[in-house]
Amino acid sequence: MSAPPLLALHGIFKRFGAVQALADVELEIHAGEVVALVGDNGAGKSTLVKVISGVAPADAGAVEWEGRSVQITRPHEARDLGIATVFQDLALCDNLDVVGNLFLGREIRRFGVLDEVEMERLTLGLLDTLAIRMPSVRLPVASLSGGQRQTVAISRSLLGEPKLLLLDEPTAALGIEQTAQVLDLVEQLRERGHGVLLISHNMGDVKAVADWIAVLRLGRNNGFFDVTTTSHEQIISSITGATDNAVTRRRAYEREVEL
Amino acid sequence: MSRPPAVEKARPDERAGGGGVESYFDTFKRRFRGGELGSLPVALGLVVVWLIFESLNENFLSPRNLSNLSVDIVGVGLISIGVVFVLLLGEIDLSVGSVSGLAAAAFAVLNVNQGMAEGPALLLAILCGTAVGAVQGFFFAKVGVPAFVVTLAGLLGWNGLMLYILGTSGTINLDDKGLLAGLTNFYFNDVAAAYGLAALGTAGYFLASYQDARRRRAAGVPSRPLSEIIVRTAVLAAITLAAAYVLNQFLGLPLALLIFLVILVGLDFVLRRTSYGRMIFALGGSVETARRTGLNVDLVRISVFMVSGTMAAMGGLFLASRVTSASQTSGSGNLLMDAIAAAVIGGTSMFGGRGRTWSALLGVLVIQSIASGVALMGIQTAVQFMITGGVLLIAVVIDSLSRRAQKSHGRV
Repeated sequence: MSAPPLLALHGIFKRFGAVQALADVELEIHAGEVVALVGDNGAGKSTLVKVISGVAPADAGAVEWEGRSVQITRPHEARDLGIATVFQDLALCDNLDVVGNLFLGREIRRFGVLDEVEMERLTLGLLDTLAIRMPSVRLPVASLSGGQRQTVAISRSLLGEPKLLLLDEPTAALGIEQTAQVLDLVEQLRERGHGVLLISHNMGDVKAVADWIAVLRLGRNNGFFDVTTTSHEQIISSITGATDNAVTRRRAYEREVEL
Repeated sequence: MSRPPAVEKARPDERAGGGGVESYFDTFKRRFRGGELGSLPVALGLVVVWLIFESLNENFLSPRNLSNLSVDIVGVGLISIGVVFVLLLGEIDLSVGSVSGLAAAAFAVLNVNQGMAEGPALLLAILCGTAVGAVQGFFFAKVGVPAFVVTLAGLLGWNGLMLYILGTSGTINLDDKGLLAGLTNFYFNDVAAAYGLAALGTAGYFLASYQDARRRRAAGVPSRPLSEIIVRTAVLAAITLAAAYVLNQFLGLPLALLIFLVILVGLDFVLRRTSYGRMIFALGGSVETARRTGLNVDLVRISVFMVSGTMAAMGGLFLASRVTSASQTSGSGNLLMDAIAAAVIGGTSMFGGRGRTWSALLGVLVIQSIASGVALMGIQTAVQFMITGGVLLIAVVIDSLSRRAQKSHGRV
């Protein structure tokens, strides 16, 4: 590949007290690609997202953005680079309406006063290009469904024209139809040339939309796979750390059945 | 006129445009089910209270009584506006009563005992409230002490400070012809003042709504139909002109009411139309979200307590102006509870993130109406407390129910 990766992480370490959450983690994401980040509970997926988004900066390691070395120590630094994050809990203000949430912290002003008209116009335009349907953009988001809230959160992250989106478990709390909506949205993001880092527990989702799968295990890299050429079993075994012996294979198999 | 498809897709229910009564009804139903009642319950409650007291005593709705009521609400009302700000964060400020007393005492000591001119003394007394708010806000935001505890300490501490600076004299009488006394005993006797204010307010509202609707139509986003703007303006005009008429039957427009309304409208604007106001609402909705979005949470928190302290000080000065003295009982008694109750009765949520400055006006009108009605009939204050307590309970129940409605409506 000729162009440098959108984001490249080298040797990332992160420690919370006595817990080594991330150790020597490497990751590359290119524009127009969906990279799925998978791993068991406590593998360090969410920590890695926090590192990239600047919420919890890394203790050590190098971050490269479009080929040049950068420091991400605060959320706005990540945002200024063009990294947008949708956290698992969505981080929406239930009492604000869709427009208010979308523009929170970057309100458009006209003579120093909030320009609600312009913000509403941009909101409707954005929702339309993403083919998202809302009952009304002036309702508090508390009254929206889980899938609608997820799409609001993703739309919000798109407002800053980011190059890279981090989606932390976007489908975890959703029903089948809503999950499909969100996955459609992820595919649209790729078509529009965004890089996407998708964190998921759901192998079905990952297989459906991801190009690459990065596996974390106990805070370390445990494989980087091409979705099209890798079998389900291989991924599962690298998630669980199963090596090639009968007992662990059986465990991995059972896990797969569960999933 | 063809609208961009975005609008039709996003709001199919609003396509009807000038659908008149039916669409209002639909909007109302949706809001009702969604727990967005706003100030409707309290407005109805106020009408009920007035009708009951008028039927019991025909002097209740007399111009004299209503005019006095309009001045009586100002002190508590100003304090209550500050409480609205704090409640929007989902926090509470228990010190507002003590701070209002402190400001009155500070003014009295500076003006009467130290001989400072009234203007600077007034300014210093107000800044005293701002400073108190900054201190409390600091301990809440930076040190992380719960606001309840910080302001409880303030309730005691600032009351002690007030007693200390009042010294042994206990009560300091103010100049009853001075600037401070004028705050509540000056009336614009010219009938044009009250009518002019009513006309100005109505016209301002109409122009702002009309302009907004025009910009919205130009931008292709849903807008209020002209018919709705006209209906709303007509209702506003009826209320304000009626109020002006009543006030002119007595002494005219009270200066205190004018100041109160100007502050009310100004802070309402700050809350709803500025980024700062949006930050306050965001913090009331979710502190974590606000922090991740990059808002300066600590600064907003401190500033909100400063607003609360400032408004408490101003309220205290108006209360002192009403009795032209500052005494050891300034800011004590029911003041704190009335100020908080007014905000809640007016429709500001105790859970944060929902409310408007107007709730301070409506709530304090209800509370002062009950107080005034009870006093007019010569009943003991015991009854007044019980009625006010009942009204407060109803208001909180409505708040909780509407929250629940919002949750269940959320289909999450």
